Amino acid sequence: MQNSLDPAAPLLEVRGISKSFGAVHALREVDFTLRAGEIHALLGENGAGKSTLIKVVTGVFPRDTGIVRIGGEEIAPRSAKAALAAGIATVYQEVNLLPNLSVAQNLFLDRQPMRFGIVREGEMRRRAKALLADFGLDIDVATPLGNYSVAIQHVTAIARAVDLSARVLILDEPTASLDRHEVEILFRIMRQLAKRGIGIVFVSHFLDQVYEISDRITVLRNGGLVGERETASLPRLELIRMMLGRELAGTTSPRASAGEHQAREVCASFENFGKAGYVAPFNLELRHGEVVGLAGLLGSGRTETARLVFGAERADCGQARVEGAPVRLHSPRDGVRHGFGYCPEERKTEGIVAELSVRENIVLALQAKRGLHRPLSRREQDEIARRYVKMLDIRPADPERPVGLLSGGNQQKVLLARWLATAPRLLVLDEPTRGIDVGAHAEIIRLIRELCDDGLALLVISSELDEIVTYSDRVVVLRDRAHIEELEGEAIDVGSILAAIAADSVAVALEAHT
Amino acid sequence: MRGLPPVLITAIVLVAGFAACAMQFPNIASTRVVGNLLTDNAFLGIVATGMTFVIISGGIDLSVGSVIGFTTVFVALAIERWGVPPLVAFVAILVLSAAFGAAMGAVIHVFDLPPFIVTLAGMFLARGASFLLSTESVPITAPVYSTVSDFALRMPGGGRLTAIAIIMLVIVIGGALLLHLTRFGANVYALGGSRATASLMGVAVGKMTVKIYMLSSLLAGIAGIVFSFYTSAGYSLSAVGVELDTIAAVVIGGTLLTGGQGSVIGTFLGVLIQGMIQTYINFDGTLSSWWTKIATGVLLFAFIALQQGLVALARRPAAKNAGAAI
Ligand SMILES: Nc1ncnc2c1ncn2[C@@H]1O[C@H](COP(=O)(O)OP(=O)(O)OP(=O)(O)O)[C@@H](O)[C@H]1O
Ligand SMILES: [Mg+2]
Repeated sequence: MQNSLDPAAPLLEVRGISKSFGAVHALREVDFTLRAGEIHALLGENGAGKSTLIKVVTGVFPRDTGIVRIGGEEIAPRSAKAALAAGIATVYQEVNLLPNLSVAQNLFLDRQPMRFGIVREGEMRRRAKALLADFGLDIDVATPLGNYSVAIQHVTAIARAVDLSARVLILDEPTASLDRHEVEILFRIMRQLAKRGIGIVFVSHFLDQVYEISDRITVLRNGGLVGERETASLPRLELIRMMLGRELAGTTSPRASAGEHQAREVCASFENFGKAGYVAPFNLELRHGEVVGLAGLLGSGRTETARLVFGAERADCGQARVEGAPVRLHSPRDGVRHGFGYCPEERKTEGIVAELSVRENIVLALQAKRGLHRPLSRREQDEIARRYVKMLDIRPADPERPVGLLSGGNQQKVLLARWLATAPRLLVLDEPTRGIDVGAHAEIIRLIRELCDDGLALLVISSELDEIVTYSDRVVVLRDRAHIEELEGEAIDVGSILAAIAADSVAVALEAHT
Repeated sequence: MRGLPPVLITAIVLVAGFAACAMQFPNIASTRVVGNLLTDNAFLGIVATGMTFVIISGGIDLSVGSVIGFTTVFVALAIERWGVPPLVAFVAILVLSAAFGAAMGAVIHVFDLPPFIVTLAGMFLARGASFLLSTESVPITAPVYSTVSDFALRMPGGGRLTAIAIIMLVIVIGGALLLHLTRFGANVYALGGSRATASLMGVAVGKMTVKIYMLSSLLAGIAGIVFSFYTSAGYSLSAVGVELDTIAAVVIGGTLLTGGQGSVIGTFLGVLIQGMIQTYINFDGTLSSWWTKIATGVLLFAFIALQQGLVALARRPAAKNAGAAI
């Protein structure tokens, strides 16, 4: 596997690749070069063509023109299996593996250890456990993968690709559902692999991660190649300009002072609200025109809080009030009736109806809210769809396109639009910027502020502390499924959030010692 | 392991049902009745084994009843009219039916058509072809047939385990091993989970599809031969509607119609439950045999409702694990 010759010789060479889907030119004459032992970031806005390039190179889509060489030898794989045989292992953006198979079967599908034509189940489980241990996971590998969280499923997918020990490893947004700790583990493993001479392609919208891990960067824009640079010598602003083709507008807007939001009216409040074994009872007030951020590590109870607030999960104690009046909140329908909206974390798998058009997806929740006997006219639908396509810069700007054909990030924007279209009084957003590019990221943050100015109450979950700090008026910090602290106004900064999370863990650690 | 809870429920239904029958008619609890039950349902057990693979992979095969019918006519004509030695006729029909299944699988994969449509076409094709060969019942008088029919292992208590029952048991056991212990079996589950994902994970989806439908048709061919032993005749109208009994047995056995979960053993239990109901009705003597269909229908309904319940239950702890697992 060691590339004994020239270490800078290209391992994977892509020359002049083009690919069209009907009238859409997803890729135009793109070149890409990966050297042995390097970690190469492939960047670009949503819909720039990153995933398409990966799929064309690995034979999932047939290409229109161009050639691919690996180790100087031309290859033309016609399936993921053939690409693997040629030495390219890939974790595709949408892959969540097979939820109905055990974790071990997922890791070793089609390459199980065999004896006399029979799968050696025990050996397979032992190896699966060892493999996941490298990623810091200690789970029962005989359980169906679907029983585990998205993060664990993603780690499993990555572990599988890593273990294929190919010459080229391609990871399309592998860190989108991982927390900091898991990302660190992944990066450590990526560095080890690179040291062994494996070339790694890494797609991500987290620029911090790109600067931390990559040696080189290739940028795509609108299906075309913008350029290839060394990470160390590429300033961040220059990189953003390459991706967007323009400067990024500033995003900071002045935060209201502490006195101001005391004056605001309470939109919804939750007293001693909780559910045994889910989230410890908490008090929460959400005011009109205010953003409340939920911060904490993965599994700290952020999503659980959001689900209780929306009614997706039924609380077993406490009282919810909307505009001061006590209400029942037993099901998502109750939530919708009171004017709540909820954009869940797993929107890729849960929310999107791939066969329906962008327009139909956007008006879905609004139509459901109005009831079937009051259909939206086609004119109204077109109008709404056009407005949100423009507002969120959904590309391509064609409301009649089936959502399934949009890039991953653009699909997420469509879902956000769906809830915005219902004009809710309270909107809960779980990781609204995951998988969304820098340009749209700034747009969404700006949008969140604007919505607030219109009187909407927002509850936002995010793992990006910088981001939470930028838009939140108040931040609730969670740990171990309990609300441990609420920061307000000037007290909100990354340091104090981290301190709140850490202080508590130190306290717990001390307790454990004594 | 996979699919165990539904299988357990099927087993409980079978045991409880059998106990109830035996309470009313003590004679039912004899090896003689059990032996007959296995013989009467041998062909069903064989096709249902193949159908289990198809349904777990997320497909359906509506052509199996017609393939059985065609096989009986082909075998009868070959032996009786064309003077072909029985063994040669058997090999020929098995090759033919395997090729037929492979062709359906290839069409499903290459043209990306729903299996329901393709195998429905296959169903008409095979049934039509058997009418072309002969429209009347052709009795088979070859000596092999009487030899095989007479062969049986004596069980304690006077029951007979006939040759065709043994063939069925061997196929069920072989099918279970193939599904649960081999790479092929794991890939069948993978396809049922998601064809697209399986393909991205490197499973040769096209080849698998061809092989799965080939297996189903091959087993339908074997079931056809067994059926011709059972009736000593070939008739183009035999086994009409058997595909539906087969699907019912698979579903009662705990296999999800949407694919991805199930087991051959469950299917076997499903076949036995249908046989048991039939036996009960025979013993009673006053009930119309159509009650078998009604009872099967009720059971089918109950099992589908139950599976939906289980699926819903399985979702809930998953949501709770979501955060806690890390
Ligand atoms: N199967 C398809 N059919 C038609 N158009 C497609 C298909 N797949 C992708 N496209 C289009 O090709 C373009 C590039 O999409 P691609 O998924 O490669 O973007 P991406 O760079 O991966 O974006 P993201 O960061 O959002 O994942 C988009 O305009 C998309 O709509
Ligand atoms: Mg993508």
